[in-house]
Amino acid sequence: MAENHYDAIVVGSGISGGWAAKELTEKGLKVLLLERGRNIEHIKDYQNAQKESWDYPHRGHRTQEMIDKHPVLKRDYPLNEQTQGMWVDEQKSPYIEEKRFDWFRGYHVGGRSLLWGRQSYRWSQTDFEANIRDGLAVDWPIRYEDLAPWYSYVERFAGISGSKEGLDILPDGEFLPPMQLNCVEKDVANCIKEKFNGQRHMFIGRVANITQAKPEQNRVDCQYRNKCWLGCPYGAYFSTQSATLPAAMKTGNLTLRPYSIVTQVLYDKDKKKARGVEVLDAENHQTYEYTADVVFLNASTLNSTWILMNSATDIWPDGLGSSSGELGHNVMDHHLRAGAEGDVEGYEDKYYYGRRPNGFYVPRFRNINGDNRDYLRGFGYQGRASRERWDREVAELSIGADFKQALSEPGQWTIGMGGFGEILPDHDNHVSLSHEVKDAWGLPVLSFSVELKENELAMRKDMTQDAVDMLEAAGVKNVRGYDREYGVGMGIHEMGTARMGRDPKTSVLNGFNQIWDAPNVFVTDGACMTSASCVNPSLTYMALTARAVDYAVKELKKGTLA
Amino acid sequence: MNRRELLKMISAATGTAMIGGGALLSGCSREPSDSDISTAQLVFSANDVQLLDEIAETILPRTDTPGAKDAQVGQFMTVYVRDCYTEEEQNLFHSGLVQLQETSLATYGQEFIDLEAEQRLELVRELDTQAKTQLAESDQPHYFTMFKQLTLFGFFTSEPGATQALRYVAVPGRYDGCMDYEEGDRGWAT
Repeated sequence: MAENHYDAIVVGSGISGGWAAKELTEKGLKVLLLERGRNIEHIKDYQNAQKESWDYPHRGHRTQEMIDKHPVLKRDYPLNEQTQGMWVDEQKSPYIEEKRFDWFRGYHVGGRSLLWGRQSYRWSQTDFEANIRDGLAVDWPIRYEDLAPWYSYVERFAGISGSKEGLDILPDGEFLPPMQLNCVEKDVANCIKEKFNGQRHMFIGRVANITQAKPEQNRVDCQYRNKCWLGCPYGAYFSTQSATLPAAMKTGNLTLRPYSIVTQVLYDKDKKKARGVEVLDAENHQTYEYTADVVFLNASTLNSTWILMNSATDIWPDGLGSSSGELGHNVMDHHLRAGAEGDVEGYEDKYYYGRRPNGFYVPRFRNINGDNRDYLRGFGYQGRASRERWDREVAELSIGADFKQALSEPGQWTIGMGGFGEILPDHDNHVSLSHEVKDAWGLPVLSFSVELKENELAMRKDMTQDAVDMLEAAGVKNVRGYDREYGVGMGIHEMGTARMGRDPKTSVLNGFNQIWDAPNVFVTDGACMTSASCVNPSLTYMALTARAVDYAVKELKKGTLA
Repeated sequence: MNRRELLKMISAATGTAMIGGGALLSGCSREPSDSDISTAQLVFSANDVQLLDEIAETILPRTDTPGAKDAQVGQFMTVYVRDCYTEEEQNLFHSGLVQLQETSLATYGQEFIDLEAEQRLELVRELDTQAKTQLAESDQPHYFTMFKQLTLFGFFTSEPGATQALRYVAVPGRYDGCMDYEEGDRGWAT
């Protein structure tokens, strides 16, 4: 057994698992990093990173065969020729939708850190106080000041470009120089500030694309190709492969084991602690046990919860961490696809150079600073202005040389923004374990019962109308508000199901992400979230993970976890 | 958010969402067709590729920059239709090729490929008008809408289209959000 023992086991190699592995190994622990999917090596395995549109037989579009194989992924943009193979095999890994849930999974080393949108925002004090202020769910066991130094810590390493704005609702961070707004966006931003009396703001997105090289990490600054989701050969955006995995490897303390499906946390009844995990090898279907002093679950929000539900069921029928009755509950996402777009007159003598992998951001302005709506919480916007391309309508021309000439020139400027709205934690929104359907490895699957409630539906009206109002105030013409079909999960910001809290009776994790029922098991991915805020969550997972590791290692040294 | 941009692959130039693999963009899901046309009839011949090339070249001709034929748009269309269209859509596309030839024979007494440049332009303009009318009046796309969409998409995403008719820099290296533009300057491919 000795060769199967490590100081720590990390389950999952995405954004938070990569951080856990880096922090634990840098603190001297011998770490086993388990990943259920295949390995993807930095640069070498980014098979499409250097391809151009004409290198794809279908120029990036999806085929009928791809559609048939991906009944869930086909619901949105992730199903395309460029990122084919970077998303889960839905035939092998099914799930049950009691209610529609769009679950877009990346089962490979790096997980969705290779595919993420890279928008990186700090939570505000308003977010941490939201539940107690509204008398909803449970209070966060931490406040902004608990996480602020850890935000700084992870920002400095990951490399976040952005501008300091001095806003309480979206705290500034340790930024690399910001990317630029284009000239239309700059003018619209100024108009909005003026027309809304300084209460609404628009500025360049804060994004995990580095604008200055990080030679110590072998990362080159962003080259503005806008091909991030194919894997960056420059290492210009933060991913497990570009940043945390090489750092962990450098310590000599890391063992990475791909094709390792963790089926359960092994629980020691007498010591009331985990002793390790059980692994099902995805290739040879053999079962292995690995033991460790501490286990970090970073398998992605819903899969970390799946592992817990499948663990220690002889003591707790609903799984490890289920004693509060909250495991699997309070599923959240960010609801989106509501906003507005319109046409911009003028600026015919202006264009841009380079493909900026980023847009503008409008932080939340609803239900703060004295504003009161008939719903709780709020939303932010992300958007961009650009000139129309060849796929636009050209008045009066439709065939021939003049038509071709017209389409070879850029069209008018347009601008659009879409909301990212907070979803409230609701006990009713839950996942459960179903033994009726099995995956390709004979394992039970998750069953989803999640839906938008009245608060979100009321908020969506503002998400559309406020975008219309702002664009019109800025002089944008032909403004068209929209509220398009949104399936929960489509935000790819799954959160909740193993929430942090102050009381073991009402939460799964404590203020340091420890499972109340097994203190040497930490959950630091999206599962831990007690509420959802409206900002993109990944930076917060990074900060929570680094903080939890720091705590775990101190406690290990004190002997409280052993 | 730019990961969401693929959603914008809507071909406004033809007045409707991209037909085929992008079907979700129009929000419709198509049931498998129970058409009795065998798949053997849904195979393109070399003549079909040539005909598609000529139709595409009429829509986007070679000027001082390459045209659709230079970009082998006909060949591209056959691959896209075969792999990205539903069987129902493939049927419409294939029957469109037959109908176009019939129209050419009925109007000019010759196959499309033998028409003078002016006659080709006239016929294609007429089909374009028909297609626009049909789009305004019905949910069923006209086959010419398919030809035109795939011509534009195939051409402007091809190497000659993207790099010569349009502009493309593989590794820009920097971003300038306020570059001067003069009328006639080519647009960026992406």
